[in-house]
Amino acid sequence: MNTKAAPEVVATPEVFVIMVLLTLLAAVTLAIIRQRNLFSVVILSSIYSFLMASIMIALDAVDVAMTEASVGAGISTVILLATLHLTKSVEYPAVRQVALPLFVCIVVAGALIWGSISLPPFGIADTPIHTHTAPRYIEMAKEHLMPPNIVTAVLADFRSFDTLGETTVIFTAGIGVLLLLKGRVKKMQGQDDTEKKGEA
Amino acid sequence: MFFVASAAILVAIILVVVRAIRGPTVFDRVLAANAIGTLAILLLAAIGFLTGRPEWLDVGLTYGLLNLISMLAVLKFFRHGDLAYDGEEERETKA
Repeated sequence: MNTKAAPEVVATPEVFVIMVLLTLLAAVTLAIIRQRNLFSVVILSSIYSFLMASIMIALDAVDVAMTEASVGAGISTVILLATLHLTKSVEYPAVRQVALPLFVCIVVAGALIWGSISLPPFGIADTPIHTHTAPRYIEMAKEHLMPPNIVTAVLADFRSFDTLGETTVIFTAGIGVLLLLKGRVKKMQGQDDTEKKGEA
Repeated sequence: MFFVASAAILVAIILVVVRAIRGPTVFDRVLAANAIGTLAILLLAAIGFLTGRPEWLDVGLTYGLLNLISMLAVLKFFRHGDLAYDGEEERETKA
């Protein structure tokens, strides 16, 4: 396999769009780090999610983009705002040393970039993930009369137990959050009642 | 033609992001977030036609709805400082 040749960077319109969006993403990230008003941070993270969703679309991953937009820009913004209601909206300036965390971040980023060098070029068909299990999935989906959409067949038939496990985890987390919130509301109401009795 | 449109939308996004980052007040940032949501829908449509797959247009509808929901949450937070605010309740307590 001739994977040693450096992949040529083709200047297609998509590459141009992705480059501009990634630059904006970096700018917004820096702004989030520097911003001390938490309400602005929530708004900026919503902008970050929309930019990320646009990049996903330019990379042909429309389903991931949908998830990013709905979870990142939609639900997260609402949940973070609800959290902001319970806390104060100005973050205290950092007093800790930043040298060690910065060093750790740079080392991890360096390791990740170093690891990405030996990845196969983007969009190449004969990489291990495309030659190992994917053809088998495609053949079996036809043979066993599974759903015509192969993504659905993989998620709901080949990996059905995996999907069941994921759903269970998310369901459990949801129940936990609901129980926590319910207990809190009852407690607050109880406090109000005792205060009123005390006044009377 | 679609490439020119995409480039124009990208320039608009750059301007809006600059406003969001510098924006002296929080309201500038809220407006910028709303504008970015709209521009993301436009970019989605333009890229869809640019790459010859305009089937993505439906996704734009979802984006529009999501943008509306997050904006409603932000504005409700501004007006009442509480997302679970109920106008009916306040009227009852006043009466």
